[in-house]
Amino acid sequence: MEALRLVDGFRQALEERAFAPLTHTGRGFFLLVGALLAVIGWGLFAYYTQFREGLIVTGMRDRISWGLYIAVFVFFIGISMAGTLISAILRIAKAEWRLPITRMAEFVTVVALLVAPLMITLDLGQPLRMPNLFIFGRWQSPLIWDIFGLTTYLVASFIYLYLALIPDLAICRDRLSPKLDAFRRWSYRLLAVEWHGTEKQHHSLARAMGVVMIVIIPIAVSMHTVTSWIFSMTLREPWDSTMFGAYFVAGALYSGVGVLIILMAVIRKALHLEEYLTRDHFMKLGYMLGAFALIVMFFNVSEYLTAGYKLRGESEMHLAQVFVGALAPWYWFYALAGMVLPALLIALPVTRKVWGIIVAAVLANIGMWIERYLIVVGGLRIPLNPYEPANYFPSWVEWSLMAAGFAGFALLIALVLKLVPAVAVWEMVEHREAKHSPELAVQPEAVNDARARDHVPAPRFAMRPVAGPADGGQK
Amino acid sequence: MNRAGQGPIAPQAVSRRRFLQLAGAGTLGLVAVGSGAKLLSGTTRAQEESPGTGKRVRQWTAVFDLRYCDGCQSQNKPPQCAQACILGRFVPEPMEWLEVYEHDLAGGGTQFVPTLCMQCQNPPCVNVCPVGATWKTPEGVVLIDQTRCIGCRFCMAACPYERRFFLWGDPPRPPETALVHYSPVHQIGAPKGTVMKCDFCTEILSAGRLPYCSEACPNHAFYFGDLEEDLATNGEKVVKLSKLLSENQAYHLKEDLGTKPRVFYIPGHGEAVGRDPFIKGRLPVEWPWSKEGADTWKRSGW
Repeated sequence: MEALRLVDGFRQALEERAFAPLTHTGRGFFLLVGALLAVIGWGLFAYYTQFREGLIVTGMRDRISWGLYIAVFVFFIGISMAGTLISAILRIAKAEWRLPITRMAEFVTVVALLVAPLMITLDLGQPLRMPNLFIFGRWQSPLIWDIFGLTTYLVASFIYLYLALIPDLAICRDRLSPKLDAFRRWSYRLLAVEWHGTEKQHHSLARAMGVVMIVIIPIAVSMHTVTSWIFSMTLREPWDSTMFGAYFVAGALYSGVGVLIILMAVIRKALHLEEYLTRDHFMKLGYMLGAFALIVMFFNVSEYLTAGYKLRGESEMHLAQVFVGALAPWYWFYALAGMVLPALLIALPVTRKVWGIIVAAVLANIGMWIERYLIVVGGLRIPLNPYEPANYFPSWVEWSLMAAGFAGFALLIALVLKLVPAVAVWEMVEHREAKHSPELAVQPEAVNDARARDHVPAPRFAMRPVAGPADGGQK
Repeated sequence: MNRAGQGPIAPQAVSRRRFLQLAGAGTLGLVAVGSGAKLLSGTTRAQEESPGTGKRVRQWTAVFDLRYCDGCQSQNKPPQCAQACILGRFVPEPMEWLEVYEHDLAGGGTQFVPTLCMQCQNPPCVNVCPVGATWKTPEGVVLIDQTRCIGCRFCMAACPYERRFFLWGDPPRPPETALVHYSPVHQIGAPKGTVMKCDFCTEILSAGRLPYCSEACPNHAFYFGDLEEDLATNGEKVVKLSKLLSENQAYHLKEDLGTKPRVFYIPGHGEAVGRDPFIKGRLPVEWPWSKEGADTWKRSGW
């Protein structure tokens, strides 16, 4: 019974921490939401200006006809990789350390996929004709592939997030009800879909998640690939590359892990989850970030060496603008501060600390943002007729709308954290149960085995009243 | 249909008559010489392609004889083709559907290359359009429906000739365009936030006249013709198109891209009109209706 007591203590402490933001809202939260809403409001004003005047208020013109909006769109698509990677790949790999961070990773995916299409909408000259995409959509266009991929990925990610949420929603329903208003009580009851943690329900949930976690990986890879194909299906030299799909997937993994580390650092501090989001998690994600930095470096070398060795067509002009020309400051910041420095921060024991990994993640994301900008603007900047290359600098409208996009991303994350716990409480408790008293845990293998099933006691999780001492004496 | 013809410039009345006369004479001449076998077989093929109509499907083509193009240096005027295109089609500032670029020659010096929509038969712009707002007609001309275009500018990214232009805002318009009805073959009144480009003046070609650019060329360097009928004219003479192309090593711009353009070039640098390839530069085109100091529409600062 000692094991039982330990598990109960762990669960109680975790539930207290994880569910606290759902019922207690500090002044800081309102300040944050107010600030984000102010940025979004400014963005709405900027969009009103653009809607009234046309895209003339941007820095784009005929020669560089895509700019910041498309770059930020690709960036958001990139960070949406976080959820799939951490959640699905690590779940398949049975990496148990993932448990406290899967939920956050899935938030990033869903929210990034909600914001990304907005950035495309901002870029349209005729936004009110958006329905044409569905009325007259042509399968021959890579843009339609991307819309199809994005909606599929969004739906799949949402299902995946929701499936893993059901048992926690049931805890919300069972434990938080007295503290909630009628609407939220009703919502949790509805969303928890009668989850009572029975053996059959556990079995169904495990099977459903098993399917989704496998299916979502090819969906994610294909969506990042078709996003790159928007560029590589054109006849422009810097985009005309067969490795663009793989390059985008690698970049997405890199920036996705980076965003996850940043979000983990913020949530850990804001929601006081230091006990659960430990140094170990930063280290492990840091190693992944370092590995992806090396992969992105490899792609950079492949990309520029194969083009630079031959200097065919417009390659010479492209390499010149990137390495020594108008885009060189951007490129070298991206290459040195966005790839090499993060890799070094993680490689050197002196900086391989939590702060070092957070700095590396921030740099990686600034670097990847620049990389998207370089791909979009650098590709269009190569003149296809004899004239001096055009220059592009985003206008205040574009910067404002980019800021509003990031504010919207942060706001959605902040609001979601008020509705559901930031960590997968039920999975962590089950894991703890399995560790301390294997006979108590629901093992998927055991469930699949008809003989074993009879011997598995009904799971206690989410059904038993809290019995252990409230000292939180886990570990 | 074509109010533009009554616009600021109307020097085409004489040219049209002359063109019709020449075209008629040329056709009669060809038939008389007895080289009609190819024409007849061509007719049959066209009839097979459009069953029931019995009408010939034109395959519009343009040929630029660069030996005759001096960028209008000798006229001391902006390139008259590009200028006439702007005036005749009311092209919004600062678009140049037809733009005369000055290419460097391998041995030094320059040549002038009037560049308009290549009317590709494997058009990258049509391939990428997500809503089917741009398409290739049976006559081989790529058009845009600005009532469907969503303004994503994917086609502009895809076009390897940079011959697509975006209405970034509401550019100044001459008052005489106010009563013209919009049509994809006659893109007056296209709303802001959509893409425009050279439409090959097919309604003028179908009426048996030459488009503005060709008519305005003082050196008759522009031929327009019909691949299917194998005839072309520059307003001065009517020629057999295939002969003109083959005997003069006609080429396409960026042939290696496989876009299969309908616009051909005959190599040259204006030598037939006495241009020295080392005298560089041409005058910029003008928009007479543009507002004074409306820098927003200028290309400067790009």
